[in-house]
Amino acid sequence: MPDLAIETHGLTKRFRSQTAVDGLDLAVPRGAVFGFLGPNGSGKTTTIRMLLGLVAASAGDARVLGADMPRHVDAVLPRVGALVEGPAFSPYLSGEANLRRFDAADRHAPRGTRSARVAEALDRVGLSHAARKKVHAYSLGMKQRLGLANALLMRRELLVLDEPTNGLDPQGTREVRALIRSFADDGTTVFVSSHLLAEVEQVCSHVGVMSVGRLVAQGTLDEFRDAGEARVLVRTPDPGPGRAVLARLGLQLDGAGQGGADAAGEALVAARLGAAAVAPEAIVSALVDAGVRVRGFDVERASLEQRFVELTGEGFDIVQ
Amino acid sequence: MSSEAATAARPATASVRAGGTLSLLGSELLTLFRRRRTWAMIGALALIPVLIGIALRVAGPAPSGRGPAFLGQITENGLFVGMTALVVAIPLFLPLTIGVVAGDTIAGEASHGTLRYLLIAPAGRIRLLLVKYTAAAVFCAAATLTVVIAGTIVGWVLFPIGPVTLLSGVTVSVGEALLRFLAIAAYVTVSLLGLSAIGLFLSTLTTVPVGAMAATAILAVVSQIVDALPQLEALHPWLFTHYWLGFGDLLREPPVWDSFVDNAVLQAGYVVVFGALAIGRFLTKDVLS
Repeated sequence: MPDLAIETHGLTKRFRSQTAVDGLDLAVPRGAVFGFLGPNGSGKTTTIRMLLGLVAASAGDARVLGADMPRHVDAVLPRVGALVEGPAFSPYLSGEANLRRFDAADRHAPRGTRSARVAEALDRVGLSHAARKKVHAYSLGMKQRLGLANALLMRRELLVLDEPTNGLDPQGTREVRALIRSFADDGTTVFVSSHLLAEVEQVCSHVGVMSVGRLVAQGTLDEFRDAGEARVLVRTPDPGPGRAVLARLGLQLDGAGQGGADAAGEALVAARLGAAAVAPEAIVSALVDAGVRVRGFDVERASLEQRFVELTGEGFDIVQ
Repeated sequence: MSSEAATAARPATASVRAGGTLSLLGSELLTLFRRRRTWAMIGALALIPVLIGIALRVAGPAPSGRGPAFLGQITENGLFVGMTALVVAIPLFLPLTIGVVAGDTIAGEASHGTLRYLLIAPAGRIRLLLVKYTAAAVFCAAATLTVVIAGTIVGWVLFPIGPVTLLSGVTVSVGEALLRFLAIAAYVTVSLLGLSAIGLFLSTLTTVPVGAMAATAILAVVSQIVDALPQLEALHPWLFTHYWLGFGDLLREPPVWDSFVDNAVLQAGYVVVFGALAIGRFLTKDVLS
């Protein structure tokens, strides 16, 4: 059994009649960059609040860095840096003063190095020039950077980052990705919640997907993608016979076999490989044998987004 | 994980803890007294003796027996401006400012979202309450001293200053009188500690600071109204406002400390009860803001 940075068993949170988080069994290995995915309202932030001891679980237990939460909050949290549900600061204080304040709240943070650590954290997120500005004059992106700086005041074993790229410009987003990678290289475990799947796909080694308060999948990014179904795309002027061949091979045709057309007006036939373990080259030769003119052929592995939608549903409405 | 950070994560001695808490208190006081709102309230409190002094200087002495206590003595001895201002400020102005500071303690952090970051720092819930309460108590002292000091300065500038005749008829030197005023400032500060504890508790109940502030100030007024109704006399000794104006004994020769002690015991009772309620509530509170 691998060493886990975060481990929960049956973690549940009920607010009156509503169950926000339902029987969560999370396992985040040490050193992983764990992408915690889920639509809005799926229970991600409530889970993070339970992991950090802000909210008491209704049932189940959580261990963070090997210690029970929330019982060992005081011992665990100094080793954890976090950004929870957006940055929050006292607007009438400067960015620097806000960081000094949070640092003073951590009794394990040495006072002697406070100024140096605050300056270093501000520098790391590119805010040195705005350090003495009052936070109410900060833009959303600057507040987000300051929130990240707060998580970096001390060397951490675990970083919990809730939507870290929210409100950031493309440069900021790239920097956050680079930061996350550099932490991972140092051996820091990063638990990053997001609904920006492309972001997660680029930096994460592991993913977990929440839907309506439940964890519907978790594992390494590769396992997760492999679990998705590959699709076959055939570009051909003979869509009718093409569909017939694919159906005969046991592939499930998309969109009731209607297919579609590409930008050049060429017909596209799409089908899910599904349970039919047919090799791609066998499909092509079957098509050619049947006289179908194949002008393009592609096997797409499911993108994270497709997997995500498969797991959490298409609907746009907030489920709870 | 570096070994230096690992050492930092494990407090070696109790003195590290105490030092850390003092550091947090320092940071809290710095935050409180860096706020423009705090200085606006201090300024408003300082205006009370200024207004009284100017009014009396321009309009002359009030007919005796009318207006707040000590008013009549001001034109003869400027030292009484501070006392008059204190008597004027105690029923409403002072509790209002205490209500703002004490009601804001937790609810204000919750409304800014900074409460969650203080808790995951981790500040420790009880430690945070203690620090917040201590800062509110420091504000009580600052507010009271502001009225007394501003009053003394205004009196010094606008009126003749001289030895003070105490309530028992004995006259004491200016220096002795100022010491007595300091004792009265201490009395009034202690008077406000119970209200601060109530404000702290109310502040743990909500994420809307204005609600906790208003409720705290309203309770101060309600308590004084109840204290003024003879039909509710049985309740009077238990009201936190009961001894608020009872500092006259400190202006006797020798000073009588009985009311100071009664007041302190009563306020301590309120601090214990509402402090315990605040801790009980805050320890189990889900921080969702």
